[in-house]
Amino acid sequence: MTDREVCITGYGLLSPLGETPAAWWAALDDPAARRARIDETATAPFPIHTIGDYDLAAQVPRPGDRRAMGPMMQYGAYAAGLALDMAGLKNDADLLQRTHMIVASGGGERDLELDRQILEGAPGRDTRGARDEWITAQMADGLRPTLFLAQLPNLFAGNISIVHKVAGSSRTFMGEEAAGADALRIAHRRLASGQGEIFLVGAAFASERPEIQISYNAGGMLLRGGFADLWSRPDAGICFGAAGAFLVLESRESAAARGVAVRAVLRGVESDRTDRRSGDPATTARRQVEKLGIGPVGSDTAVLSGASGAGAATGITAAERAMLEELAAGAPVRGTAQAVGHAVEAAFLQNVILTAACVERGAVFAPLSPDAPVEAVGAGPVSRALVTGWGHVRGEALALVEAAG
Amino acid sequence: MTGSRDLFARAVAVTGIGMITSLGRGVAENWRRLTAGDSGIRRIARFPTEGLRTQIAGCVDFMDVDPVTIPALSRAMAEAVSDEAVAASGIAADGAIDGDLFLAAPPIEHDWESRFDLLDTVDPGGGPYARGDGAAGTEETLPWHREFMNGSLADWLAGRHGCTGSPITLTTACASGASAIQLGVESIRRGERPAALCIGTDGSINSESLIRFALLSALSTKNDPPERAAKPFSRNRDGFVMAEGAAALVLEHPEHAKARGAPVLGWILGCGEAADTFHRTRSNPDGGAIVRSMAGAIADAGLAPADIGYINAHGTGTPENDKMEYLGITEVFGDHSGRLAVSSNKSMIGHTLTAAGAVEAVATVKALGDGLLPPTINYREPDPNIALDVVPNEARAQKVEFALSNSFGFGGQNVSLVLGAAG
Repeated sequence: MTDREVCITGYGLLSPLGETPAAWWAALDDPAARRARIDETATAPFPIHTIGDYDLAAQVPRPGDRRAMGPMMQYGAYAAGLALDMAGLKNDADLLQRTHMIVASGGGERDLELDRQILEGAPGRDTRGARDEWITAQMADGLRPTLFLAQLPNLFAGNISIVHKVAGSSRTFMGEEAAGADALRIAHRRLASGQGEIFLVGAAFASERPEIQISYNAGGMLLRGGFADLWSRPDAGICFGAAGAFLVLESRESAAARGVAVRAVLRGVESDRTDRRSGDPATTARRQVEKLGIGPVGSDTAVLSGASGAGAATGITAAERAMLEELAAGAPVRGTAQAVGHAVEAAFLQNVILTAACVERGAVFAPLSPDAPVEAVGAGPVSRALVTGWGHVRGEALALVEAAG
Repeated sequence: MTGSRDLFARAVAVTGIGMITSLGRGVAENWRRLTAGDSGIRRIARFPTEGLRTQIAGCVDFMDVDPVTIPALSRAMAEAVSDEAVAASGIAADGAIDGDLFLAAPPIEHDWESRFDLLDTVDPGGGPYARGDGAAGTEETLPWHREFMNGSLADWLAGRHGCTGSPITLTTACASGASAIQLGVESIRRGERPAALCIGTDGSINSESLIRFALLSALSTKNDPPERAAKPFSRNRDGFVMAEGAAALVLEHPEHAKARGAPVLGWILGCGEAADTFHRTRSNPDGGAIVRSMAGAIADAGLAPADIGYINAHGTGTPENDKMEYLGITEVFGDHSGRLAVSSNKSMIGHTLTAAGAVEAVATVKALGDGLLPPTINYREPDPNIALDVVPNEARAQKVEFALSNSFGFGGQNVSLVLGAAG
């Protein structure tokens, strides 16, 4: 069976770059504006990339819906609305009934104020049984249903179904960077093979969530002190970035029948698992390049890397840089975490959206780390783009995006 | 679109199964007790429940895990059931499976003891958890990071069984186990891989999760006696009982199973799903999404509603769910709903949440294979508004060719599977 062509007909991205393509291009060409979105005090000693003010009510009109979500779910619901708007699906009940949703999510969002009260007031560990009972009583009194529903990660998609009336189906993938890539891969394969006609695929990440920072700091993964350039972070080097990133994918036939503009073609998505102890992710990448039929990668191919910046703790950013210098020499490579931070589950999808916008515009933006040799090729015309998604400890993904033609 | 030719073209074989619930370890023990009408619901011994309205659950307390944390117990059960299923299928004779791994698992959260331990060792910096200067993690604290990433368990299981591709961890709340199976069926139908390993696991009973569900007024508070609390389809039902468990299924393309002479235990014939847009914890009163889920699965199987003989119900025992499920069944099946057998495993093992769809799919495979329908126990006061044959209180020998297994989740995610008997 011949695979059907998979088209991108809508995208929505809320990020430190802003929320419109015009804002993205302006910020991508303006290092000072990007630096202004880096907050070094809110979660010190860890700097984070933040999203500025935005009008959540424009996409989530009901106050009750807004209250039922934490910032991560709000970013996602907002970006999903932007994508549905662009694809002309908003308020089309018949099409939304047949729209399948696949999202990538981290854990749900905790009631931080309650956590703070418990951490500050809990008795010491030498009276463990008493501490258990005390904590149980605090939670029984303090948890509020509207807030703790946000703790269920599937409610991320559930909220989007409720707010935007996406009713075909709803699946939530978890598992850090790979979850975002796998959401896109599964949607692409289902569309290509005829298992569905329209998909909404997305993810979101809130950079300011301390419960995530605990875990990543335990792994020695976070950038500390001031901001540093992505490709030259010395040790632990992840600097989180907030994002909501959603795409509408559909078959060429469906887009034509609806008369909606095709923004770009998603030619293929590969995602794999390399045993990082015994295997080489670069070998996986070479196989993926072959499988996607990418051929020589030159200056007409933008390469947006999802390198997290995880430094000596994993060595993976250096390994990816070496792979890019081998497989994409001569291509304009951009490590986007320099500009938007690392958005974990949303990182890959954010870069797919930026590449779709690049091929739509026919040009790639200037290097984000001008001093890094891997980004030596400057701004210029492009007709296609690659997105890499190497997770900070697992998962290697590659997507090929082409101009709509 | 009906007819046996289509049925075979789209059928996916089940060649291995594994299962753990509060009733015990392994498919044989679970099936023996499920068909004996035993209950696995007990008073919670894992943490203090004084002052809580719900003090019972279907805990799995017999795994070799200490201390019991969500990731540790979920992992131990997933390992055991996937080992059982893979061994039964014989598919990994050379130590690898040419198939994807789909894992339905609860989101990983630190429990409070882990959080205190972590904060005593490594500081998160600013925000509500701030304690000091934000000391960086070390080699010693690295395992915390690994354990508390949502993708770690699937990654580890994929390595253990030699699965191909990127392993997927998913949640669709109480429908998750069925979603994992659906993803496997889709992958095999696309011809990407000849097999899939689909697992659901959930070991997430701690005080916080119990309180959360209690606050939704979703849990039974009839603590005494515990084994009588879960009463699906009864007039006096008052909520579900939280439970733990896991199940795994090895799925294969029929040609692949045939070529290696694998035992076919049953068939997955169709999958249906639909999202509700109505409310975060309630179904639309019209039952639309539930109807689309069931009807979609039956159509996907190339069958008509009248072909279905048994429904393994979602049957949580909440007033809302059972009413809506009954409404959906009458909508889809019409007059045939009176001839269906409909039973709820949750009357015996409670609601295994993320794992439920997989656990109940395995039970359905056994029911079809053995011609023995597991009962709905605690059915002493029938709800007069739910006119179903619920296989009351005792298992029934009844040969059924096609069955439906329902899983409906909080957050509006609904999945139904159509299964067929081997042979």
